[in-house]
Amino acid sequence: VTTPRAFEDFEAGVDYDLGRRVVPAAEIAAFATEFDPQPMHLDPEAAQASPLGGLAASGWHTTALMQRMLVDGLLAGTTSMGGAGYEHVTWHAPLRPETTLSGTATILDKRISRSRPTMGLMRTRIVLKDAATGTMILEAIAMLICGVREPG
Amino acid sequence: MWFLEDLPLNARISLGSTTVGEADILRFGRDYDPQPFHLDHAAADASHFGGLVASGWHTGAMFMRAFVDYTHRLAEEMRSRGEVPARLGPSPGLSDIRWPKGVYAGDTLAFATTPSSKRPLASRPGWGLVIFDNLALNQHGTTVMTFRAGIFVERRS
Repeated sequence: VTTPRAFEDFEAGVDYDLGRRVVPAAEIAAFATEFDPQPMHLDPEAAQASPLGGLAASGWHTTALMQRMLVDGLLAGTTSMGGAGYEHVTWHAPLRPETTLSGTATILDKRISRSRPTMGLMRTRIVLKDAATGTMILEAIAMLICGVREPG
Repeated sequence: MWFLEDLPLNARISLGSTTVGEADILRFGRDYDPQPFHLDHAAADASHFGGLVASGWHTGAMFMRAFVDYTHRLAEEMRSRGEVPARLGPSPGLSDIRWPKGVYAGDTLAFATTPSSKRPLASRPGWGLVIFDNLALNQHGTTVMTFRAGIFVERRS
């Protein structure tokens, strides 16, 4: 039996690689149809005339992709207890169909919750880029919660 | 949507409600947030949530759907009065996102938004920025998500 990685095993200041993920046009359309059916995500002409300047993913799709990359690259197989919230999410550039995203997560600081000593809090900066151009697509600061292996 | 100049501030707008299906929680979890408490009943029951819960980003996406549906209804009402609705642009970002309680299968969420400030944008002629303060409540009246969103809204001039 392997012990899952816990709060104690995460290091502040280290850049964790979240890997890469391709965003197909069909997935952009499917997500927008279900959750954000605005013409700028679904209709090429309306998208061209909008401030996005062409078809782009819903911002909520981009955050969902960030979460998937965060789970696959950092939180899977750990004592993750979810997220308390985010200080901010900033969409820097539109996410175009067929883009390959790359991601990085950096724990800015970590501490054990005073009120719930079994929980560790990790203030974490997440950046998603277009892997081909290096253009920043999204930047966010999360408060992640991870179980403590040996609560003091 | 109202044009920036006409958009009323500080009045809460009800965006309607939606019931969260278990299959939807599982599908969103599998696609975008594959953690045990979003994927598996037994693991979720044993977790600190005590049951299967929706990804926080799923709750946000459901909010967005309610918001978009509301803007479509508003646009229809405006057209029926002979008015031209303003376009909504994209959002530059969100802030102060909190998920104070879990969203469980079968919960009915009510969504609301309050435009709290607005200003024209020098950098984007024809557009302004509106800050919306947003809220999701469950059927017990408990807050399950709060956040602020900036959204670009078309100007009259």
